[in-house]
Amino acid sequence: MTAHTSANVPLEYQTNQNQMNILGFWIFLGAEIVLFSTLFASYFVLEHNTAGGPVGHEIFILKDVLIETFLLLTSSFTCGLAIHAMRNNSKNGLMFWTIITLLFGLGFLYMEINEFIHYIHEGATIQTSGFTAAFFTLLGTHGAHVSFGIVWIALLLIQLAKRGITQVTARKFFIASLYWHFLDVVWIFIFTFVYLKGMVM
Amino acid sequence: MSLDEFFVTGDPLILASQIAIGLTMIGLIALVTYLKRWKWLWSEWFTTVDHKKIGIMYILAGVLMFFRGGVDGLMMKAQTSRPNLEFLDAQHYDEIFTTHGVIMILFMAMPMLIGIMNVVIPLQIGARDVAFPKLNALSFWLFFVAAMLFNVSFVIGGSPDAGWTSYFPLAGKEFTPGVGNNYYAIALQIAGIGTLATGINFIVTIVKMRAPGMTWMKMPMFTWTSLVTSIIIVAAFPIFTVALAYMTLDRLFGTHFFTVAAGGDPMLWLNLFWLWGHPEVYIVVLPAFGMFSEVIATFARKNLYGYKSMVFSVVGIAFLSMLVWVHHFYTMGNSASVNTVFSLTTMMIAIPTGVKIFNWLFTLRKGRIEFSNAMLWSLAFIPCFTIGGVTGVMLAMAAADYQYHNTMFLVAHFHYVLIPGVVFAVFAGLYYWWPKMFGFKLSEKIGKWHFWLFVIGFNLTFMPMFFVGLDGMSRRMYTYSEGLGWEGWLGFSAVGSIVMAAGFAALCYNIYWSFRYAPRDIGNDPWNARTLEWATATPAPHYNFAKIPEVTRLDPYWDMKKKGETGLKKSDLKPVHMPSNSWTPIFLGVAFGVVGFFLVFEWFTLAIISSIGIIIGLVANSFDYDEGYHIPVEELEEEERAWRGDLK
Ligand code: HEM
Ligand SMILES: [Cu+2]
Repeated sequence: MTAHTSANVPLEYQTNQNQMNILGFWIFLGAEIVLFSTLFASYFVLEHNTAGGPVGHEIFILKDVLIETFLLLTSSFTCGLAIHAMRNNSKNGLMFWTIITLLFGLGFLYMEINEFIHYIHEGATIQTSGFTAAFFTLLGTHGAHVSFGIVWIALLLIQLAKRGITQVTARKFFIASLYWHFLDVVWIFIFTFVYLKGMVM
Repeated sequence: MSLDEFFVTGDPLILASQIAIGLTMIGLIALVTYLKRWKWLWSEWFTTVDHKKIGIMYILAGVLMFFRGGVDGLMMKAQTSRPNLEFLDAQHYDEIFTTHGVIMILFMAMPMLIGIMNVVIPLQIGARDVAFPKLNALSFWLFFVAAMLFNVSFVIGGSPDAGWTSYFPLAGKEFTPGVGNNYYAIALQIAGIGTLATGINFIVTIVKMRAPGMTWMKMPMFTWTSLVTSIIIVAAFPIFTVALAYMTLDRLFGTHFFTVAAGGDPMLWLNLFWLWGHPEVYIVVLPAFGMFSEVIATFARKNLYGYKSMVFSVVGIAFLSMLVWVHHFYTMGNSASVNTVFSLTTMMIAIPTGVKIFNWLFTLRKGRIEFSNAMLWSLAFIPCFTIGGVTGVMLAMAAADYQYHNTMFLVAHFHYVLIPGVVFAVFAGLYYWWPKMFGFKLSEKIGKWHFWLFVIGFNLTFMPMFFVGLDGMSRRMYTYSEGLGWEGWLGFSAVGSIVMAAGFAALCYNIYWSFRYAPRDIGNDPWNARTLEWATATPAPHYNFAKIPEVTRLDPYWDMKKKGETGLKKSDLKPVHMPSNSWTPIFLGVAFGVVGFFLVFEWFTLAIISSIGIIIGLVANSFDYDEGYHIPVEELEEEERAWRGDLK
């Protein structure tokens, strides 16, 4: 609870409370890893239980998935640039790169929603089989995280506009960036173990 | 849905409860209004972020839930006390063992332990609060709202009835069509979010907020076990979150995670459930071990024997607890080699647990033992828990488990683990830390009644269950025929449960009596204790410590007392920073409860509309830049003088 400060660490680490928030968020990400591991493990269990419905490689469109991957990976890069700008104490740079990040995120969501609509037209809804249930839940959980992140970071932008870069806003942006990178990592696993594996096997 | 489907009708027992609940609610509201206490309730309790008050609310809720779960237990005991009784029908019995199990574990054991952790841990590590006080309040309200949601099920819509394990396919829509199991899926989900937040909160608190000098190996044992429990919470609860989400999707949205016909797999539920469920029993038992360690060290007037081995065995138990889940379904078609592996890991847990038992015994050896109530509970724990542990090793043998599986033998086993391991610990903890919360001791004399009635009643109730179990009585049987040779044992057991209930009544009377008559001038250190929570006033002031203590060794307060360093210099006082109260936790809790209720009834439009409440709460929270306030030195000085006399 003390406002103890030390100047030679980045702004977001400068108070004890901020350090605790950041540590707490890392632990939360640990819980998220368990959550996604469980979703992946269940997916592997149910992957082949298509119950007469479509199989993965019949419905996946690799091109769209690649575009999604490109959008999300780039957004992670721009998110890094945003934090870089924040470290340089450039409010406008932080604003700019964060907005770019969100736009990439929205692009990703647009593609993903289209992808889901495509699957539904192909006769693969969440109710079709064990496979589709696990597939849509894994993807949907990731997509819901991205959507939540977009709204959350948009709220942070309002706070940044009002207050500028302070110890508190810097911490909030830093934590949001951890979250965003984490979703990127999860996507890499989805890309590899759901799509690529699904196309090959 | 018509109104008579909404309310459960047609059963006189339930009708009576409906009326009783309605009258109690009206009575409570009238009472608070009459006493003009609404404002006080709101500003002192509902919006508080003080870890001590949050802890007290947890404990109060836990006691209420113990009452509810206990009544369920008594009703089951009454129903099976004689053969062919018709006190409860099969459906009603199913509902009751389900709500009993869920309430006892998630809404009694968890809040009791988390409540005591809340009260004690910050004080014990010399901190002024937990790391995230507002999040802590949110955890409480999520738990509380979830408990209420789960509890109304028996009067509104119908109770869940597929057991606390809610195995599929039984728990699926096909075999359990009503809303009962929706309550299970959704209330536990809400409670689980709160518990996860508690886990994160306590890890950060313990890692980051210990008093200067309190290195890892100088941490009190209760702090250690709470840390490890919090880590298990973070590692295990997300699994349950996913499992419950699958259950919700299957029941509400027609997916097929667990239906074989459409490519689902009911064993997936079993695995996920127990991947969380087994660690969960360690989540509840480890803090209890920590409390016994504190109590035993204090009342044997010795430091804990084998502190280091105790730490390693706690960590070892935590690790192993993740690797044993299959022992809950040895009989469900695993290969012999899988069963063998899980048999071994399960038996291995007995080793660190045994280490702990011996540590407690050696702490007692040559100690100057004081038989206070807290100590009595700890002493009774050791043999009773050992019976639970030894029968656990019996169950761990996969081949033999084909005989024991799902019998009353198992039910007796886990009650012998959970009641000594959790309930005795909670009682020990309550007697021990009661002064810290309220400034007076519970009566030791009435406490003896509580102790003897409860311990004797407990053994009478559950010992016979071992024997009927070995005689072939399976669990969850609502009745049985004459001539099986069980009625003697079960009659005995039913009487025992009444004795145990009398013990609980003695506790309630003790609380009432002590509030009115117990002496208040007990000083700050009524037990001649060893750890930091006693180094400040009793009851603890809202800022906990006027000056953060410095630690040089284990049992720091004992050391300070020996060296005569317990005083406080006036020049050491600095303004203390405190967090402000907040309305968002209770608001968010209620919002989650409302959305949850609509989801239970599958009224999706209403659920979507009311989730605006959750969004408002989250946004308000994000825009809240309140930085708390400072307590000025004069106020600290005044409060400290009140109990210390003069400052140096
Ligand atoms: C207060 C005294 C208690 C009594 C009289 C009691 C009695 C019972 C009885 C009769 C059953 C059902 C046996 C059957 O027909 O299968 C049962 C089940 C159970 N009890 Fe208790 N119990 C008590 C306390 C506790 C406590 C403190 C806990 C946990 C902390 C607990 C956890 C459970 C669980 C998890 C089940 C299994 C429910 C299921 O089958 O789904 N009980 N108890
Ligand atoms: Cu287990």
